[in-house]
Formats: sequence, C-alpha cells, structure tokens
Amino acid sequence: MIDTDFIGFRLPVHTQLVDKGRLRFFAKAIGETNPVYLDEDSAKAAGWRSLPVPPTFLFCLDMERDNPYDYMVTLGIELGKVLHGEQQFSYHQVACAGDRLTFDSRITDIYQKKEGAMEFVVRDTAVVRETGEQKQEKVADLRSIIIIRHR
Amino acid sequence: MRSDVDTTSLRVGDEIPPLSTPPISRLTLALYAGASGDHNPIHVDLDFARYHGMNDVFAHGMLASAYLGRMLTNWLPQDALVSFGMRFVAISHVHDELSCSGRIAERFEEDGEHRARLELSVVNQHGEPKVVGDAVVRLGP
Repeated sequence: MIDTDFIGFRLPVHTQLVDKGRLRFFAKAIGETNPVYLDEDSAKAAGWRSLPVPPTFLFCLDMERDNPYDYMVTLGIELGKVLHGEQQFSYHQVACAGDRLTFDSRITDIYQKKEGAMEFVVRDTAVVRETGEQKQEKVADLRSIIIIRHR
Repeated sequence: MRSDVDTTSLRVGDEIPPLSTPPISRLTLALYAGASGDHNPIHVDLDFARYHGMNDVFAHGMLASAYLGRMLTNWLPQDALVSFGMRFVAISHVHDELSCSGRIAERFEEDGEHRARLELSVVNQHGEPKVVGDAVVRLGP
C-alpha cells in the first residue's frame, strides 16, 4: 500500500525550453496534418508567436525532467504496474515554441478501490511561462490520475 | 485567433467534425514514445510488458488524447480551448484503429463569454470505447 503521508509531497520544480524541432516530431508522431502545428510561417500567419504547444503536449514537457517517473520511485510504485487513469487540463493561455515553462507538481490524493486491488495517485501540476526576471504568467493547470494495478 | 467555424449557430447535440486515424503499429508507439518523452517500456518493450502480465505492448493513453486534441484544434483555434479532460476506460492495443468524435452537450455563459461543453469519445474499429473525454470551448463574446 502506498503511504498516504505522501499526500502533499512536492516534486522538484523544473523549467523546460519549448523546442520547435521537438514540436514537429510530436506532430509527426500523432499524424498531425494541420499546418499551424507543422510550419512556423503558417503558425505566424494564424496569429501565433511560433509553433503552438498542442493541447496535450504540456503533459509531455513535464516528462522532460531528469526522471519522469521520480515520484513513482519515491512512493514505491513499480512502473510496470502503472496505468494512466485520467488526465485533465485547464488552460490560461497557449504556449509556443521558444517559451520557457516551469512545472510545479504536488501529490494531492492517494486512495484505493476494490479492497486495495487498485490504488490511485492524483498529481496536480501548475505550469507557468517565464516572461522576464521573476515574472511569470499562468499557462495551465494539469491533473493526472494514475492507477496501480495489483493482481 | 481566426476561426472558420460559425460558432453562433452551434446547437446542443451538434456533432463536431470527427477524426479517424490509421491502425496503431509498433512504429506508431516507438515514435510516440520518443516524441512524447514517455519512455515507459510497457509501450515499446514486449519482454517488459509480458513480465508485467500483459500479452503485448499497448498504446500510451496520451496518444489517443493527442488524437482528440487534433480533432478539437482542426475544428477551432487552440485558444478557444478552456479545459480538456479524459478518462482512459480501456487499453488501446496494437492494430486498433481509433476514431474520435464529439458533440455539443451544453451551451452556457461564463466569465462573460458564450461557452460550450463537449462530450468526446475515442472508440476502436469494433466500436469499443477507449477514452471518454470532455472539453469546454469558448464560442465568442
């Protein structure tokens, strides 16, 4: 059983530079055909500063930290037993290539169902854009729920 | 951002333009692992998947979510998106052919804007639900 004392546990804060090439690679991997996500000129013509970060890619950027499974190690969770249960995004603005984004995550709940056959860990992440010295703007709030299957 | 969609005429029950995707291959999973940064071996390493009791590798839930995201941003510019959520109700397997669809479930006013709540879903070629999602989009002032 995961120790519920980890509720409130804060993960190391990290900052990522959004790379244009990486956004194009992601676009290719998901079969994207919309030129706004593939070609910077098309993105700019549509009014964006550069290639926009697509709606689910913030989740991916959060995985750019040194070990994206770090909190599972800390909580004693075996990676091979983990399933993604739910994911939520609330958006404040669209980030673009070239932005520096800071991710700040906490474990906000740990619970079980089916007499412990499944455990759930909820993690909330605030994403902000670094806009200058000590200046930040909200980009999005993420919530991830993972399921640990025991059987 | 500009939108080609006349959002004023949208009604509850209206479908948004769907998106179909090609069958998931092992290459799809390898590319998604690399591009997403989710290198969990359960999605690309058959030995690891079998060791953990699965018959085969399987798709990242966030791959299906990315397809839903594509459907939404094909329809409206991305800054129309207020929130986007998804629940993974079944594993998507290699060779599954995922289709995304969505409909307008509600229209309402919030923060001085017209908004709509969307019900979203991803099913495979047999109609089996894989992802159930929802989103709130702004339709204009």
